[in-house]
Amino acid sequence: MSPTPTARVRTAALVAALLVGLTACGGTTKGDGDPGAASGGPTASADPDAPLREGVKMAFLPKQLNNPYSDIEGEGGKEGVEELKGEFKLVGPNDASASSQVSYINTLIQQQQDVIGIAANDQNAVCPSLKQAREAGIKVVSFDSDAAKDCRDVFVNQATAQGIGEKLVEMASQLAGGSGEIAVLSATPNATNQNAWIAVVETELAKPQNSGLKLVKTVYGNDDDQKSFQEAQGLLQAHPDLEVIVAPTTVGIAAAARYVGSSSYKGKVAVTGLGTPNQMREHVKNGTVERFALWDPADIGYLAAHAGVALASGRITGAQGEEFTAGRLGDYTIGADGEVVLGPPTVFDAANIDQFDF
Amino acid sequence: MSARRLLGWDAAIIVVALLAVALSSVLVDGFGTTRNAGYLVLDLLPIALLALPMTFVVITGEIDLSVASTLGLTSAVLGALWDAGLPIETIMPLCVLLGALLGAVNGLFVTVFTLPSLAVTIGTMALFRGLAFVVLGDSAVADYPASFTGWVTGSSGGVPNVLLPLALLAIAFTVVLHATPVGRAVYAAGAGQEAARFSGVRVDRLKFWLYVTSGAVAGLAGVLWTLRYSSARADNGAGLELAVVAAVLLGGVSIFGGKGAMPGVLAGVLLLGTLQSALRLSDVTNEALTIVTGGLLVVSVLLPNLLRAATRRRAGPASARPGAPTTTP
Repeated sequence: MSPTPTARVRTAALVAALLVGLTACGGTTKGDGDPGAASGGPTASADPDAPLREGVKMAFLPKQLNNPYSDIEGEGGKEGVEELKGEFKLVGPNDASASSQVSYINTLIQQQQDVIGIAANDQNAVCPSLKQAREAGIKVVSFDSDAAKDCRDVFVNQATAQGIGEKLVEMASQLAGGSGEIAVLSATPNATNQNAWIAVVETELAKPQNSGLKLVKTVYGNDDDQKSFQEAQGLLQAHPDLEVIVAPTTVGIAAAARYVGSSSYKGKVAVTGLGTPNQMREHVKNGTVERFALWDPADIGYLAAHAGVALASGRITGAQGEEFTAGRLGDYTIGADGEVVLGPPTVFDAANIDQFDF
Repeated sequence: MSARRLLGWDAAIIVVALLAVALSSVLVDGFGTTRNAGYLVLDLLPIALLALPMTFVVITGEIDLSVASTLGLTSAVLGALWDAGLPIETIMPLCVLLGALLGAVNGLFVTVFTLPSLAVTIGTMALFRGLAFVVLGDSAVADYPASFTGWVTGSSGGVPNVLLPLALLAIAFTVVLHATPVGRAVYAAGAGQEAARFSGVRVDRLKFWLYVTSGAVAGLAGVLWTLRYSSARADNGAGLELAVVAAVLLGGVSIFGGKGAMPGVLAGVLLLGTLQSALRLSDVTNEALTIVTGGLLVVSVLLPNLLRAATRRRAGPASARPGAPTTTP
């Protein structure tokens, strides 16, 4: 038995009337301004000679707990905070959702932490809570994945497009012996990150010192294992003189290495790019892949810890041009928009790959 | 519903909830502050809202597991429409209407096609969530007017703003359940469908409109969720249905239908939220938090049944509830 027609008509009429009433009076649309973005940035002046505070309470809030990559970031953070005699704490959700991070930020405000280090799941969703944290005197360091600019003091960026592009060309040049044909196996044709890196690769290749290298083709494996595998296969058939496949995507590099390693091209064609040590270990051990790169997540956490303690001590405020020292990583200068760049990606090869587990 | 029942589980859960609040305020650093109370209300808001119609649905012996996905889909649609340039004042009622429509889909399958609500709403749970990802993909839409987001997260005179609509709805749902013919029909339908039909209750019509209500409230929750977090995402509210069902069952509503009361459910929501907030402030890990929520859910299903079985054994078979569903142990 379904609802009677009269009941349905009555409800529909009511809803329609409500809608007309509400829409008739104009309303607030996206273009109306009222954006809610208050002024951010540094709030005090820095004193570079201020002593580093001991006992700084710094909490790390990664995207998600029990994820190997996040866990290593946390370990790096722990190393950094404890080196500076602070109190380290690691909290976070089991799901990489924005709303659960908000609950944790609120908890950390209540617990009166000195610094919150966060890898934001949603740059806007965490913003109101982070603003409240800053109003309560807590310093905020975002790392790996930034929060909106006006909600944090400093952002520790793991890599710049320039740094990655240069490293990719450097590795390709070493593997090709300075000259030869190379090809790029990317993710999707409209992947923002990959396209930015490939653009840098092309600029680098145009430089005189790389004149021997020739980029013959860029193909797209759509970050799909099987498609990437087939694209690698296609590349080698179409370009028999190819020396190096550069895959700036973790899916692509693994698929290309698997194809080359299982074909007659093994030992003749080099594979490099961006990958994780765990995924590439066997390919490095069996000689298919000589070297590849990625940022070291432990260093991201370590640098965030040092930036956090420097903030809490008043040595830096997040303004462009301020400098601080980050232990074993050396000296850093804060760039535009409060960004600190970790540095060039770490290169992994047979000699060091066993020191990494992520 | 009888005075005796109100003195039983409901009274117990209300006492336990208040005790939990009192103990947490004394024992847990940072719990008993105005600011934390504000956070607590904001965290509880979606669970409390969804629990109101869920109480009705579960008392009729059905369930609606699609509420969190309805929330996610309305949130995604809100974001898409805002991106398209529609005024927020138009989008908000449209989202509530969309929620009602999604609820009507559930209602249609349960009443017209007489399918089990568990199966139907598990299906639509996946379906609505999938549609949310079709609408918005992995992206997020932000930049809502600060007057709206600020109102949702703000408070006046120490009282969170969102408490007002929540309180109004809670009162309305409580009055309807406990003091109107609709409420009596809900209990009658839950106690025994056939008996209810014979005494003039239009069970299917009732259930259909309960699903529509449940969907509309989920739509409203989707709007408030989006404004609270200033972010429309397809994964908003994922997994929330479990917290809602846990709160309702913890509040003394029988999973087999026919029994339960609104004050108990509200206490259940409060207890759940208090435990989560207090445990998180005490640095209890997320895994342990999940275990506590799951454990409470099991206990709240198990304990009333054990108690019922115990009283029945003591009083003899004569006191067994007439027309009780065969699933009751």
